[in-house]
Amino acid sequence: MGDHLKRHHIALRAGTAVAAVTSLLALSACGARVGEETSAASESCVDVSGDSIKIGFINSLSGTMAISETTVNDVLHLAADEINEAGGVNGYELEVVEEDGASEPATFAERSQRLIAQECVAAVFGGWTSASRQAMLPVFEGNNSLLFYPTQYEGLEASDNIFYTGATTNQQIIPALDYLLEEEEVESLYLVGSDYVFPRTANMIIKQWADENDVEILGEDYTPLGSTDFTTIANQISRSGADAVFNTLNGDSNVAFFRQYNSLGLSAETMPVISVSIAEEEVDGIGASNLEGQLTSWNYYQTLDTPENEAFVEAFQEEYGASRVTSDVMQSAYNSLYLWKAMVEEADSFAVDDIRDVADGISFDAPEGTVTIDGETQHVTKTPRIGRINADGLIDTIWEGELTEPDPFLETYSWADEEEAEEFAEEAGEGDDADEGSDD
Amino acid sequence: MDFVLPQLVAGLSVGSILLLAAIGLSLTFGQMGVINMAHGEFIMVGAYTAFVTQGVLGHAGLSLLVSIPVAFVVGGALGLVLEQTLIRHMYHRPLDTLLATFGVGLILQQVARDLFGAPAVDVQTPSWLRGSVEILGTAVPWSRIFILGLVILVVAGLSALLAYTSLGRRIRATVLNRDLAETSGISTRRTDRLTFFVGSGLAGIAGVTVTLIGSTSPTIGQSYIVDAFLVVVAGGIGKIKGAVIAAFSLGLLQAFIEYSTTASIAKFLVLVIVVAFLQFRPQGLFSVRTRSLA
Repeated sequence: MGDHLKRHHIALRAGTAVAAVTSLLALSACGARVGEETSAASESCVDVSGDSIKIGFINSLSGTMAISETTVNDVLHLAADEINEAGGVNGYELEVVEEDGASEPATFAERSQRLIAQECVAAVFGGWTSASRQAMLPVFEGNNSLLFYPTQYEGLEASDNIFYTGATTNQQIIPALDYLLEEEEVESLYLVGSDYVFPRTANMIIKQWADENDVEILGEDYTPLGSTDFTTIANQISRSGADAVFNTLNGDSNVAFFRQYNSLGLSAETMPVISVSIAEEEVDGIGASNLEGQLTSWNYYQTLDTPENEAFVEAFQEEYGASRVTSDVMQSAYNSLYLWKAMVEEADSFAVDDIRDVADGISFDAPEGTVTIDGETQHVTKTPRIGRINADGLIDTIWEGELTEPDPFLETYSWADEEEAEEFAEEAGEGDDADEGSDD
Repeated sequence: MDFVLPQLVAGLSVGSILLLAAIGLSLTFGQMGVINMAHGEFIMVGAYTAFVTQGVLGHAGLSLLVSIPVAFVVGGALGLVLEQTLIRHMYHRPLDTLLATFGVGLILQQVARDLFGAPAVDVQTPSWLRGSVEILGTAVPWSRIFILGLVILVVAGLSALLAYTSLGRRIRATVLNRDLAETSGISTRRTDRLTFFVGSGLAGIAGVTVTLIGSTSPTIGQSYIVDAFLVVVAGGIGKIKGAVIAAFSLGLLQAFIEYSTTASIAKFLVLVIVVAFLQFRPQGLFSVRTRSLA
């Protein structure tokens, strides 16, 4: 009996040892593989021996974000075609490799890894939601590769491996607030948003700004993404008597919100709504009649009267049909390809480090006006523009700010509480990690 | 206290939409035991029917009225095809219907996306449904009053159908005891088909009304399907009366909780309350007393 126990014990120990050795072996194998990967990545596999160069587009061509992101994909192709027709980049023809992010952050990460490591693209263009950008960020940093991200977003980020060609908060949200204060003389605001990272960060900044400027925040409501019932919120807004509503709702919720807002007799005259995620593309689905007279804050509108924009809109409609419209994010995506081209030509190289070295001050005469890269944050300069939605569903500029340097961390604003912002950014990051975990 | 009345109205209007979305399901899931996950997509089809009708007729008011019966027929026909091709083979396997109809729902979404594009389309609200009327010091949107009126008509019509027509008697007999009904000479096949036609047609009508309050896009069905099941389960499977009471109770709960908390918390709390309620009454508010052994 005793012997038996002892033998059992030994057998167990031997088993443990075997397990330990196996796992060690496995670990070392893992380590080796990781090492190989990093070394392979640091000397990038981009092939410059032929007469064409590969670039990657990653957009959601399926899933809930496809509505918005396919338009960006269209315009990226337009830019690539234009560049190829004009002789390519540094004599190389662009060869586009396309991936579908499928509206899933995890898919964005995996597909961008494929673009970089297997397709060996020189740069990747795309992404829309902050969740997709945050999921791709470690992939691009780990491979020292380049992502061009075209969407306006909540700021508080600057990665060496991302060029941000959309607006950050000080180029969209703060100008919208300044406009409301100076031109509409609002003294109170009501905040409505979808319940995720962008609206909550935006509203945190709005509240700090309001403190500084003695504007009263009369209410702050969030609804789940895709929510269709705004009866209670519309009631509360109506009863609050606020001077204006700041709207950070996303997607289809806007339709329900504006229909129910209007049906209570509220309108642009009685209580204007300023929106930061409704552009020309969305107006059609919401119904121009539900939106007429309401305000938006962007850097670009299809109606902008510049020769660059005229050519851009004409080229886009020729390619995709006269009924199609152009929007801010589309335009930023279009610019991103040209900015990359300008950097490559300046650096005379496709290498990421060389591009980064020349980035500061590179500019492009974009449809929205000349945009220039700030080398430190890798964001671009933008002109804030407040627009009013007209009966045709297009947006007319009614106010234009100064050309604004990007300031993603709001360092130049005394009222911005840095600690709160950092804490918030961290929490948001953690929250997204948790989301990704559940996606797996 | 001045928030009570507006929230009461809000609760009633939320409830009326819940009820419209759920009433067809109450018939197909409740009466026939078929878990039709494509019910939400039938609502979506109804919404696009309103869009197409408006495109053809042009006039927003006329097209709304015309699209209600048209959507009933379109939704019903779709339900009939689904019943004939898939569901009738699975009457004794409810979990299989769940998977099969889920797949059908995905297909319908894709078809809508291919036909009408991924972005939402605009169905215009007729001018006489815009704005609101003041009732006891509360602004009540005309569109909500219209929906409330429509849902009262639909419930009355359905109740009358079940109570007074021969089809209604056959449906009730089939639900109570399928085998006995069949031996009594009732064609349960025919009854199944007609029940499905009516249930899916009601989803079509619900689809027309949701264009008055929200977006018309390929995925709108998803916004209503969970709530619809919630209403049917909480109300007690197979009872129109249960669905009516459950829909308005949930609507009022949602409105009052949301007023004092937030939309997300209200949704969560309503779910918790329903789950807790089902602990005490697993059969829901009301349920069919069946004589069948199954």
